[in-house]
Amino acid sequence: MIAQLITSFIASAAFSVIFNAPRRSLPQCGLVGMVSWAVYILLNGSYSTVLATFAATFVVGATSIVFARLYKTPVIIFSVSGMIPLVPGGMAYDAMRHFVENDYNVALQLAAQAFFISGAIAIGLVLAEVLNQMLRKVGSRI
Amino acid sequence: MEDKLDHLTFETIEICLLAGKIMLQSGAETSRVEDTMTRMATSLGLPRSHSYVTPTGIIFSTDGAEPAKLIRITERTTDLSKVAEVNNVSRALTSGAITMPEARLRLREIEQDKHTYPIWFQIVAAAISSGCFLIMFRGGWYDFIPAVLCGGLGLASVIYFQRIVAVKFFAEFSASFLLGLLAFLFVKLGIGYEVDKIIIGSVMPIVPGLLITNAVRDLMSGHLVSGISKGAEAFLTAFAIGTGIALVFILL
Repeated sequence: MIAQLITSFIASAAFSVIFNAPRRSLPQCGLVGMVSWAVYILLNGSYSTVLATFAATFVVGATSIVFARLYKTPVIIFSVSGMIPLVPGGMAYDAMRHFVENDYNVALQLAAQAFFISGAIAIGLVLAEVLNQMLRKVGSRI
Repeated sequence: MEDKLDHLTFETIEICLLAGKIMLQSGAETSRVEDTMTRMATSLGLPRSHSYVTPTGIIFSTDGAEPAKLIRITERTTDLSKVAEVNNVSRALTSGAITMPEARLRLREIEQDKHTYPIWFQIVAAAISSGCFLIMFRGGWYDFIPAVLCGGLGLASVIYFQRIVAVKFFAEFSASFLLGLLAFLFVKLGIGYEVDKIIIGSVMPIVPGLLITNAVRDLMSGHLVSGISKGAEAFLTAFAIGTGIALVFILL
């Protein structure tokens, strides 16, 4: 578990280097990635992968918005490095491998699952943003 | 008097277009680009401007007698710190902390700036993150070094191939092919053990994560044209990586 946390921190921070994120926001990028990965592995044990991914991306979206406000930097810097570990790369790879081996039944199953996981990532990010906008509107009315 | 006013409007349009161009080239979302351009125009005295942004071009009009201006974007990279810097300039300009000539000077500087990190450092980062991804996807530590080497090779060859051929699809395809070959070689030589885990880990740095995020955000905020075209670009990249790896499996 500790190895998972440390590697997810380093992986997300290294990823933001590939995207040329500003130097001073690297630790925060790593932190977002670490939190999302922790949520993901905690939930993945007892719930489905789609649900775990959804919850983890929602956390990514929420923490990125908070960080963006705190450090006055665009949200996208934090959210990208946070959601990268959740991209179903492994599953897409497995699907591709089964396609190549003419095992279409398993391949289609895996591809469908990868598709749903990408959908969950999208919904999680959007939901965080929509909630943020709603909170802001309601707050300004009061 | 009339002439001077026109000149001022012209300069405003130029600054807004420059800011939009830098942001779009560095990988910002469409809504952020449009928002920044309109805000800057408003603070410079053009409250009713319209900007229409797609991944390949920007159209900007001031709702006045001036003709609409168009900028073509041919090259797109990912440089999030430039997005952040342009954002800062626009913030300072709207709050009145800097004037128009200062803003233009700073935007020109940002445009000329090199990337925040040198290329070798990015490749090292890609290598390290590949190793970490291997551990995160339940690979063993014995595969750490092969994954690090494959991941570094992956990003390095994407950058190299993109320099010699303009077609992005081909660059990604050949990079993932090389990466898969190297992973197989490691397993054949007995240095690595699980070829699947090594490939999954080391392919992550070239996965189109930013494009997917941007595509979704654009679609949800109503920028349907840019959302769909970015989605198509992400799909093409994923497809290129997939075929590159698949080719390795077919050949070996």
